[in-house]
Amino acid sequence: MSVLEIKNLYARVEDKELINDLSLTVRGGEIHALMGPNGAGKSTLGYVLMGHPNYTVTSGSIRIDGKELVGTTPEERAKNGLFLAFQNPVAVQGVKLSTFLRTAYNQVHPNEKMSIQDFYDRVKLHMKRVGLEESFISRSVNDGFSGGERKRFEILQMIILRPKIVVLDEIDSGLDVDALKMVSEEIKEYYSQDVGFLIITHYQRILKNIEPQFVHVMMNGKMIMEGSNDISLKIEEQGYDWIRGA
Amino acid sequence: MEIDYRKDEELEKLLKELKEIKQNDYEFHDNLKPVYTTGTGLNRSTVEEISEIKKEPEWMRRLRLKALEIFQSKPVPTWGPDLSGIDWENTSYYNRPDERRVNDWNEVPDQIKQTFQKLGIPEIEQKYLAGSVAQYDSEGVYHNLKKVWEDKGVVFMDLDSAVQKYPDLVKEYYCKAVPVTDNKFAALNGAVWSGGSFLYVPKGVQIDMPLQTYFRMNGEATGQFEHTIVIADEGSKVHYIEGCTAPRYDRDSLHSAIVEIYVKKNAKARYTSVQNWSKSVYNMPTKRAWVDEHAQMEWVGGSLGSKVTMLYPSSYLRGAYATASNLNIALAGAGTYKDTGAKALHFAPYTSSRIVAKSISIEDGKAVYRGLLRVNKGAINSKSKVQCDALLINDESSSFTYPHDEIYEPTATFSHEASVGKIGTEELTYLRSRGLSEDEASSMIVLGFLDDVMREIPMEFAVEMNRLIKLEMSKYGAVG
Repeated sequence: MSVLEIKNLYARVEDKELINDLSLTVRGGEIHALMGPNGAGKSTLGYVLMGHPNYTVTSGSIRIDGKELVGTTPEERAKNGLFLAFQNPVAVQGVKLSTFLRTAYNQVHPNEKMSIQDFYDRVKLHMKRVGLEESFISRSVNDGFSGGERKRFEILQMIILRPKIVVLDEIDSGLDVDALKMVSEEIKEYYSQDVGFLIITHYQRILKNIEPQFVHVMMNGKMIMEGSNDISLKIEEQGYDWIRGA
Repeated sequence: MEIDYRKDEELEKLLKELKEIKQNDYEFHDNLKPVYTTGTGLNRSTVEEISEIKKEPEWMRRLRLKALEIFQSKPVPTWGPDLSGIDWENTSYYNRPDERRVNDWNEVPDQIKQTFQKLGIPEIEQKYLAGSVAQYDSEGVYHNLKKVWEDKGVVFMDLDSAVQKYPDLVKEYYCKAVPVTDNKFAALNGAVWSGGSFLYVPKGVQIDMPLQTYFRMNGEATGQFEHTIVIADEGSKVHYIEGCTAPRYDRDSLHSAIVEIYVKKNAKARYTSVQNWSKSVYNMPTKRAWVDEHAQMEWVGGSLGSKVTMLYPSSYLRGAYATASNLNIALAGAGTYKDTGAKALHFAPYTSSRIVAKSISIEDGKAVYRGLLRVNKGAINSKSKVQCDALLINDESSSFTYPHDEIYEPTATFSHEASVGKIGTEELTYLRSRGLSEDEASSMIVLGFLDDVMREIPMEFAVEMNRLIKLEMSKYGAVG
């Protein structure tokens, strides 16, 4: 069972402090939701966890199973079982989905020998489940994909790469009701006692499909509230003012 | 869309094998003294000496001397890269590595043989080729053609041997497509040429495996001036490959080749070259094909390395329905100036040409596309399509495009497309967040950029290019 431990984390972009003494623990088998108004630092937290080069950690620690990730490269973090589904995945022209998935898989699971045929069979099966047509396998990564297709492809990558700690940054934005249902089913299918989830979202609707045990509320780079899924319902109804006032 | 599993699997296997060979640098050099050299500098007696030592017929000696006069009368071109660094006086124009030319690798002198072995040449020959020529500095040291093709009348050997054995055939084609008056470097080649290949494919003979010549420059401050002639007679088919490497030195070397390709009626010729010169080489070849009625010419080129390269393979479409295609990949690393492109000249009706040029600039590397498209009056309904794509890796990398069109035929149609892209932090981070290292991520972006060209070229070449590009990329630390 894996565990992600974030302790007293401070991070900035250039001179701007965006994460301010943040602590959070996500264990395998747990689903955490992270909510908060625009600009609270939710996406920033995702980037910082993944090691995006534009963000600097000034103090604190991020560990997976005791291994310190601060100061390591994004690829090192991926190999340690961390996965971030990007809010706005970029297009990478010319890099074919098939090549990309295969290379990434070989990096993250260097000791697993899966034949190309078996690998692509697995990819195709899950493409169908997330609702991506098979022809996408020969297309360039995210190139010309609609917003929804990009989200489906993020989930496909999660399934194929089998991470231990998953951060989903607004996976629900840009998906219609049916698509959200499909994606949620795949996430639930993947969920097990070995995998911990951190779901960043503005809306309650995804949390109806995938019910979190913990809801955290972030503002100004800090965690300011923690509790059960009731919080998300109240936010849906009343916004954030009641928390600000609290 | 179906995935070609076999191809993917094969590629993965080949790449792994190649990695294991760990042939990760070509820039080594041998401490080999040439058995004969004309020393440094160039004058009439140097040229006569070269002709003398080769025991050439009188006509060739005269052509050399005429070429020398033209070379001396032409100024160094100043319209492109800075060529003032070429040290004409201190360059050694002719270096013979050994007395013999053999057709058995076992008879090649050990040190030279080892070099070619390190480069993987004998192995590749055995696996993939119908014939092979190996040149070391100024002379071919080895040539071999599989018997089945020899029996069909195919001729494949170094040009020096061909001058002796097939003088009439050589005379008929020598410097017809590329006259020595063409430019200063062609004239230089005419004066001091040595080595290069002569390939004649008789009428109707279709060779299914490629033939290859490998050029290795070993000496410091030397010149390599090979002259290659390929003749694909009527209805024949041939694929000719050239590979070139050289060690890196403090003093610059000069490579100035001539390649002439004659594609006769209904014939099909493909010329593939992988040039991986070290950063101390000025590479100034002149390459041209004459393409007759219903004939097809394909140029496939990968140009990596060198200090300066000026290369514009040209197709003269002389017969109706002749076609030419030109796929070129240029990689300009740190300190490199790549001035490359293509020329297509339409002299006959219903001719078509297609040029795809891709360039990658790293650090302060500079890549220029310079092209010429000419359609003569009367070349009715001719078509041409030019596509130039550039990829910049660093902020100081640069790329320029200079297309030049001369269209005199109103029924001709032509199009130009150009694009410039840059490897960005977001793309790199995205790929890295899935487990790819920075090098892998950037070479994947680069290879993705080249994908449409890679798909069209022969697999062995695609694999070799893949590997060379990854190798070249890995020499530069932080990318992006």
